[in-house]
Amino acid sequence: MRIALEVWRQRSPEAPGQFVRYETTEASPDMSLLELLDVVNEGLVQKGEEPIAFDSDCREGICGTCGFMVNGLAHGPLQGAAACQVYLRNFRDGETLWIEPFRAKAFPLLKDLVINRSALDRIIAAGGYVTVNTGNAPEANTSTIHKDDAEQAMDAAACIACGACIAACPNASAALFTGAKITHLGKLPQGQPEQGRRALRMVRAAAAEGFGHCTFAGECETACPKSIPLQVITQMNHDYLAARLSGEGHVQPRHIEPGTPKRRR
Amino acid sequence: MHLDGKIPGGPLPQKWERRKLDYALVSPANRRKYRVLVVGTGLAGASAAATLGELGYRVECVFFHDSPRRAHSIAAQGGINAAKNYQNDGDSVQRLFQDTIKGGDYRAREGNVYRLAEVSLRIIDQCVAQGVPFAREYGGKLANRSFGGAQVSRTFYARGQTGQQLLLGAYQALLRQVQAGTVRLSPRTEMLDLVVAHGKARGIVARDLVTGEIRTFVADAVVLATGGYGNAYFLSTYARNSNATAIWRAHRRGAYLANPCFTQIHPTCIPVSGEHQSKLTLMSESLRNDGRIWVPLRAGDKRSPEQIPEDERDYYLERRYPSYGNLTPRDVASRAAKAVCDEGRGVGPSGLGVYLDFADAIRRLGADVIAERYGNLFDMYAEITGEDPYRAPMRIYPAIHYTMGGLWVDYDLMSTIDGLFVIGEANFSDHGANRLGASALMQGLADGYFIVPLAVGSYLARAKPPAIDDAHPAFEDARNDTAARIERLLSVRGKRTAASFHRELGKLLWDTCGMSRNREGLERALTHIPELRDRFYRELLVPGRGETLNRELETAGRVADYFELGELICRDALHREESCGGHFREEYQTPDGEALRDDEHFAYVAAWQWREGEPPILHKEPLVFEAAPPMQRSYK
Ligand SMILES: Cc1cc2nc3c(=O)[nH]c(=O)nc-3n(C[C@H](O)[C@H](O)[C@H](O)COP(=O)(O)OP(=O)(O)OC[C@H]3O[C@@H](n4cnc5c(N)ncnc54)[C@H](O)[C@@H]3O)c2cc1C
Ligand code: SF4
Ligand code: FES
Repeated sequence: MRIALEVWRQRSPEAPGQFVRYETTEASPDMSLLELLDVVNEGLVQKGEEPIAFDSDCREGICGTCGFMVNGLAHGPLQGAAACQVYLRNFRDGETLWIEPFRAKAFPLLKDLVINRSALDRIIAAGGYVTVNTGNAPEANTSTIHKDDAEQAMDAAACIACGACIAACPNASAALFTGAKITHLGKLPQGQPEQGRRALRMVRAAAAEGFGHCTFAGECETACPKSIPLQVITQMNHDYLAARLSGEGHVQPRHIEPGTPKRRR
Repeated sequence: MHLDGKIPGGPLPQKWERRKLDYALVSPANRRKYRVLVVGTGLAGASAAATLGELGYRVECVFFHDSPRRAHSIAAQGGINAAKNYQNDGDSVQRLFQDTIKGGDYRAREGNVYRLAEVSLRIIDQCVAQGVPFAREYGGKLANRSFGGAQVSRTFYARGQTGQQLLLGAYQALLRQVQAGTVRLSPRTEMLDLVVAHGKARGIVARDLVTGEIRTFVADAVVLATGGYGNAYFLSTYARNSNATAIWRAHRRGAYLANPCFTQIHPTCIPVSGEHQSKLTLMSESLRNDGRIWVPLRAGDKRSPEQIPEDERDYYLERRYPSYGNLTPRDVASRAAKAVCDEGRGVGPSGLGVYLDFADAIRRLGADVIAERYGNLFDMYAEITGEDPYRAPMRIYPAIHYTMGGLWVDYDLMSTIDGLFVIGEANFSDHGANRLGASALMQGLADGYFIVPLAVGSYLARAKPPAIDDAHPAFEDARNDTAARIERLLSVRGKRTAASFHRELGKLLWDTCGMSRNREGLERALTHIPELRDRFYRELLVPGRGETLNRELETAGRVADYFELGELICRDALHREESCGGHFREEYQTPDGEALRDDEHFAYVAAWQWREGEPPILHKEPLVFEAAPPMQRSYK
């Protein structure tokens, strides 16, 4: 089959970018979209031209490395699939695909389709974990976890940090990503002690990175290759508000200068 | 050099306890004076870096991914073993130890394997405490399933995403340390050489994959956790960027490489569909719990599966191995699949495939139960092949999946270079000639959480490495070597891509040193590989410059190392005149086609020493079996 690609080419963050057209004739329906890019790239290299830079690794939808917009849709036209899981049999013969990077202020472009998503790591570093040192754990079966809770935690934990939700969101909000981690840990007993603190810190970290606010546009849920549900955002908002109202994160000891006399009642 | 495994004395159950007592300690206040460099953030690297950070060392973590969470470990589907005996089916540390030694066909060290079985208990505790959402029973307790090569149910899992969830646990622990300031991350940075000064590993040379800048990292101890080298074969189940460069460069600096020909072939992968294919996708082995494997009885039978009646099908695993049936270990199942395809009974367009059929299970349990157990795997299969596995049987074929070989390490996970520790799939330890399912995740985490942090501490306390900086001549040399190598690749300016060479090398390795090997093929490979390598340095084309993000340059460097490694793999396979585990030499088999091991002559670890311009030297570490005396590995 024949597929034409219009691919965003941009040498470096500073250089101007543009779409460049590539006609392919070697496409087969059993090929993945990324394999088609490989074929185009081999042709480019043989001509001594620089290949299209794009990220991918596992090529089975689990590592979250791949991701770009295809015809305006994050990860392409399939529901519940990452870009590497899109096969050409899902397109028409002769179709033109417009391929461009995920765009968001907090995702600086590096080259062509490659972006920097380290901001997501910094959101996790702010509190997306259970504080437990190695070797400190009790026997695993001492705590029981309701099967449904474990399943819901797993649903949320399936997030692969691809950033599609952010690219699809009109506000470039990281709410689905952040909410997914908050929900994953919040559903489990181990995650309870830090629940409020986690929500406060992660939400603030996301804002500090330049991600926008969630206005429930809902685009993220459609873009997400792991079908993370919008409820995780509700959970995040709930945890965040609860923490704010309970004063969590604000309890600081009063600073007292040496020699300060006792307060009179 | 005498290869000393440094296994502690005494009975097996006390060895690790004793070694821990022997270890020298670094006091908390002194730990922050030491810099430890961890290369790689898979399960092994992330867990090691996090734990070293918690202990208070200054940790630098270098990896080529953009985030630690993307390491190849994330792809593991099936599960992780632990001898918890939650099912009360007779499991114990001793039994896990025995199964693993036997599964590795008696080519692993008893001491290491016993420790692995012991530590497995604590891994599960640790991961649960971190919030890894393992599958649960209705009563709220942890669930288990069984896996190939085992008759007990000891595998813990998180849907089909066990590797991902375990990695997220370790990654989160790691980022907690980043926040605490004990660990610093260098993402998108690829190690290109190891620096050895005064006989000790003191750092690495790496390339910033975004700017192309060559950087040096100085440390008091270096931990390599850079994964396996199965991508040398080109088509494999590995993530595309997994490669051998880190261990190969360390090998060239003096670290011995052990058992390189021991490669695991996984029996349940989706067959190749065409020339363009970039990787093979694994279907979790857990499918073999309910799926039945068969081919037509008659060669050349091209009928569609539903037209083939029961009595014209050959359920060959159930027939040949009645007690394990479809759950025979991977090497046995893979070879059996190859055998029926060689007889012309393979299915699918290429004839390289066998059926994995769920019809019986769906009839017995209902499609809902099957969907709950394997739904995501079924979806994945449908996505890739465009076929519906609920209606027609899946087609599967074996593929390169894991490398049991790697850098040689002693019981303390230290290589033959002082201060260079190697953990996870990058080392050779614990699996022998064959890895059972669900044991690699266990080993990666055992090394990273529980073993290497103590061993590194003890090394630092005793060696007290003197201060050094990157003005030292050893750093200068390594930097120059790296620059020269990059320049060489860029300046060939031929007309072939690195990937095209990789494909050719991979095909050669698969044909001559894949599921089965023989002298003729291996000798052929040993003459072909150097020829192909010469062509590579004459005809390669890498466009662009070194000082930018240049993927072709990255690939070319990796392929260059595969040529040298590929040669060593074949050399190792040629010298080992026996069949064991993943290494099947056609000349050495029993009359009914099973592997014929030769314990008298080959019960050793083969550790190779690099020599520039000359053949490598083979060193042998004899293996002693006291607690698990070798026996014929029978799954009948
Ligand atoms: C599809 C699949 C399914 C599997 N399923 C299972 C299973 O169910 N159970 C099981 O036990 N095992 C399974 N395995 C095997 C297991 O996943 C791996 O053996 C294990 O995860 C390896 O972990 P690691 O930490 O050693 O290395 P990896 O996870 O491969 O990590 C390597 C790290 O090193 C870095 N790195 C490598 N080279 C360099 C360099 N030169 N410079 C800088 N950084 C570098 C990478 O960035 C990465 O962070 C599976 C494997 C595959 C492919
Ligand atoms: S929530 Fe979904 S879209 Fe967003 S990062 Fe996670 S997996 Fe990607
Ligand atoms: S390449 Fe891993 S998710 Fe697409």
